[in-house]
Amino acid sequence: MIRTRTILLSFAALVVSGVTLNAQLKLNGAGATFPYVIYSKWFDVYSKMVNVQFNYQSIGSGGGIKQTIEGTVDFGATDGPMSNDQLKEVKDKQGSDVLHIPTVMGAVVVTYNLPAAGKDLRLTPDVLAGIFLGQITKWNDSKIAAINPGKGLPDQSIIVVHRSDGSGTTNIFTDYLKKVNKTWAVNVGAGTSVNWPAGLGGKGNEGVAGIVKQTEGAIGYVELAYAVKNNLAYALIQNKAGEYVEATFESVSAAAAGAIKNMPEDLRVSITNPEGKDSYPISGFTWLLVYQNMKDKEKARAIVGFLKWAMTDGQSYAKDLYYAPLPKEVVKLCETKINSIAVK
Amino acid sequence: MKIEPPVLVFPSPSKSRNRNIGDLVFKNLTLVFAIVVLSLVFVMAYEMYKGSSLSIEKFGWRFLWTSVWDPVKGDFGALPYVYGTIVSSLVALVIALPLSIGVSIFLSELAPRWLERPVSFMVELLAAIPSIVYGLWGMFVLVPVVRKFIGPFITRYLGFIPLFNGAPYGFGMLAAGIVLAIMILPIITSISRDVMMSIPNTQREAAFALGATKWETTKIILSNAKSGIAGATLLGLGRAIGETMAVTMVIGNMPQISAHLLDPAYSMASVLANEFSEATTQLYLSALIEIGLLLFAVRIILNAAARLIVWSVTSKFAQ
Repeated sequence: MIRTRTILLSFAALVVSGVTLNAQLKLNGAGATFPYVIYSKWFDVYSKMVNVQFNYQSIGSGGGIKQTIEGTVDFGATDGPMSNDQLKEVKDKQGSDVLHIPTVMGAVVVTYNLPAAGKDLRLTPDVLAGIFLGQITKWNDSKIAAINPGKGLPDQSIIVVHRSDGSGTTNIFTDYLKKVNKTWAVNVGAGTSVNWPAGLGGKGNEGVAGIVKQTEGAIGYVELAYAVKNNLAYALIQNKAGEYVEATFESVSAAAAGAIKNMPEDLRVSITNPEGKDSYPISGFTWLLVYQNMKDKEKARAIVGFLKWAMTDGQSYAKDLYYAPLPKEVVKLCETKINSIAVK
Repeated sequence: MKIEPPVLVFPSPSKSRNRNIGDLVFKNLTLVFAIVVLSLVFVMAYEMYKGSSLSIEKFGWRFLWTSVWDPVKGDFGALPYVYGTIVSSLVALVIALPLSIGVSIFLSELAPRWLERPVSFMVELLAAIPSIVYGLWGMFVLVPVVRKFIGPFITRYLGFIPLFNGAPYGFGMLAAGIVLAIMILPIITSISRDVMMSIPNTQREAAFALGATKWETTKIILSNAKSGIAGATLLGLGRAIGETMAVTMVIGNMPQISAHLLDPAYSMASVLANEFSEATTQLYLSALIEIGLLLFAVRIILNAAARLIVWSVTSKFAQ
C-alpha cells in the first residue's frame, strides 16, 4: 500500500517536473561585451520572477550583429548601431525589421598620467583631437596651457594610448572626434577599429589603463565604469555649451536627454557632443537588437515582458554596476518601440 | 562419443589469414589517422582561402606589400603585420637559441646529478606557464625594465647602429622578442637536452679515452645531436610565430615598419585576436581571414627554410 503510494507520488513528481521543464522558455542572445555585467544581472533577476531562461554570450558587437542577421539568436546586442545595409540584409533573410532598443549608457573618459598637473585637467574638443592626431606632441603646448592656467605643465612628450582591439568604446570615442574635428572626420573617421594616426595600442580597458599608469606623460581613453572602479584620474571635457564637464552618471544621462530633440525614429543614434549645459559629450547607448515580427508567440511575449521590465525596474540596477541609466524621455520612446513587436 | 578434431602441426591457413587481417586493419587505421591530419591542414587552408576571397579579389597581391590598415575606409594591407611577426620571432630565436643550447649542454654533459634534476624541472615549469601570465609579467615587469634600463643602455652604447634605436616607450619589438624568447626557451632546451642525453655514452667514453677535454667531447656530442637540436629550434620558432596574447600585451600594437628594435610594432596573430570579434563589414572580416592565411603561409615558408638550412648543415657534416 505504502509502496504503491510512493510510486504514484514519484510518478506525479516526475510529471510535474517534466511539465515545468517543458514550460521553461529559453531565449538565446549574443553580442556586446560592454553591457554584459548588467545584462547577466537582469537575466538572473528576471528569470527568478518569470519562468524564462536566458542564455547570453558576450562575443562582441560584430558577432551579435552577424548572428542577428543569420537568425541564430532570439535577440542580439551591440554597442554600435547596425548599418542600413545590414538592416536590409536582415530584412531579406529573416523577413523582419530589427528594432534597436537602448538599454543603458556608457561613457568614455580621457585618462592621463601627469603627476605635475594633478587632477581635473581641462581639454577642449580641438585639443583632444590634436593630441590623438599627433599634432600636439608636448604637454606644455600653448593650446593646452591656455585652457589650464595655473597647472604646472611639464616639457614632456605626450604618449597617446588607444585600444588595439575592436571595441564599442573606440566607436564612441572616434565618433565624438569625428563630430568635433574636421581633420579627424576626413583622415580617420569613426568605427570599432580605426587607422590611428598616432600612439600605442593596449588590449582592452585594462591594457590601455596599464600603459597609461606606468608611462609618465601618457594619455588614453577608457570606459567610465572602468575608470571609476580603478580610481583613475580623468580629464574634464568641454561640451557643446562651452562648459568643462566631469563624466558622472548624471552628466551622461543628461547627455541623452540633451540629444532627445534630434533623436531619429529608429533610435539608432549617436549622442556624442549633445546639447545641454550639464551634458558630458563622449557617451553612447548600448542596444538590444530584437526582431519586430517574431515567429514564436511565447518568445515574443517573453521578450516584450523582459524589455518592459528592463526599461523600468531594471534601470535601478544600473548605477550600482557603473552604468548610466536611461533618462525618462528615452524610456518613453523605447516603450512605444517595444509595443510595436508583433507575432507574424 | 566425441570426435576430437585433428591436431594441426602447422597453423591453419584461415588462422594466418586472420593475423593478416589484423595487420591490415592496424595499417589502414593508422593510415586513416595520418590522412586525417593531412586533410585537416588542407581543409583549413581551403576554408581560409574561401573566407578571404573577397579581400583577395579586391586587393590581389597588393595586400602583401601595402601598409595601410584602415577598417573605416575599407583599405587593407598586411605588410607591417608580416614584418612584425617575422622580426619578433627572429629576435626571440637569436636570444633563446644560444641560451637554450648552453643550458642543455650544461644539463646533459656537465651538471652534477643533484643540480641537473631541479634545473630541468624548473626549465620544464617555464613551459607550463600560460601565455597570459607571460603577457602580464611582460607588461608590468619587463616593459618598465626595458624602458628604464635596457633601452637607454643600448641606445647609448649601440645607438649608432639603427637597429638598436627607437622610441623610449618600453613597449615594442624588443620587449616582444624577449618575452617570446623566454617562452620558447623551455621547448628548445628540454628537447635538445633529451637528444644529447640519448647519444650513447660510448661516444663520450671513446672521446675521453683518446684524451679529449670536456669541451672537445661536448663538440662531438653537439655535432651528433645537430638535427635534433634543429628540430627543437623549429618547434620553438613555430611557437613564437603563433604566439598571440603575450605579444599583443607588450609589442605596442602599432602597425608600422621600423628598423629600430625599440619601436612599437604589431604582429599577425595579435591583429587577428584584437580585431576579429568586432569586425562587422564583410571586407574587413575577409581581410582578417586573409591575415590568417598569410600566417599559415609564413609559417610553412619559415619552416621549410629552416629545414633546408638544417639539411644543408647536416649533409655537409656527413661528408
